[in-house]
Amino acid sequence: MAKSNKPVVWFPFAAGGTVIAFFIPVIVVLTFMAALGHIPPGLGYEKMHAFAGGGLGKLIIFGVIALSLWSSAHRLRCTCFDFGLRADTLVATVLYIGAIVGSLLSAVYLLRI
Amino acid sequence: MSRRPLVREVPPTSWYFRHPLYLRYMSREITCIFVAAYCVLLVVGLQRLSSGPAAWEAFLLGLRSADSIVFHLLALAASVYHAATWFGATHKAMPIQIGEDFVQPNVISGAHYVVWVVLSFVILYLAGVF
Repeated sequence: MAKSNKPVVWFPFAAGGTVIAFFIPVIVVLTFMAALGHIPPGLGYEKMHAFAGGGLGKLIIFGVIALSLWSSAHRLRCTCFDFGLRADTLVATVLYIGAIVGSLLSAVYLLRI
Repeated sequence: MSRRPLVREVPPTSWYFRHPLYLRYMSREITCIFVAAYCVLLVVGLQRLSSGPAAWEAFLLGLRSADSIVFHLLALAASVYHAATWFGATHKAMPIQIGEDFVQPNVISGAHYVVWVVLSFVILYLAGVF
């Protein structure tokens, strides 16, 4: 039976799509408020540092960022193809490596907190 | 005897203008550009948070610009549109069968919308917005 790497790509894509749908809009609203000059109290350094300092907080932040990155990278790969960029192997390699690097950086930053 | 295979001429860069359905598909796909850019902003924010209070405050203040407001509006529109299309597809991705009948599609999508709204308000509440 031919082996396929599709499930490995697809599972985080589907999980990431769900995470983006549930969490990213409200997170955008929070930083949008900061952009408008009304920083929500929960975004203050003490609160954010305490949240990212806990094990559960680290897990949630890493999960949201890593899955969203992977899902966006996979969809961006498809979008590049759909816009006529047919160097799929190159595009996929660059985007997936980008998503993995972003996730690793997030993990490093979280561990420093 | 050889038959010539059917070769459909598909313009590789403008095919999606041929049908409204394709345009809807592409508009859903391009939301990922803004979501990906926003994720990069989140990673940068995390780096600032790990660098101490001064760096974090500077990051929050740095968000206050016209460009940032425009970017946030685009990211908000893209992520909400992504959410709507994602929840709209849930009844196709995971149809639920009870006995002989399938659960109505709008019940499955509707349940996702309810959870989404409740979750968003809980997160806003936890962030001290109200």
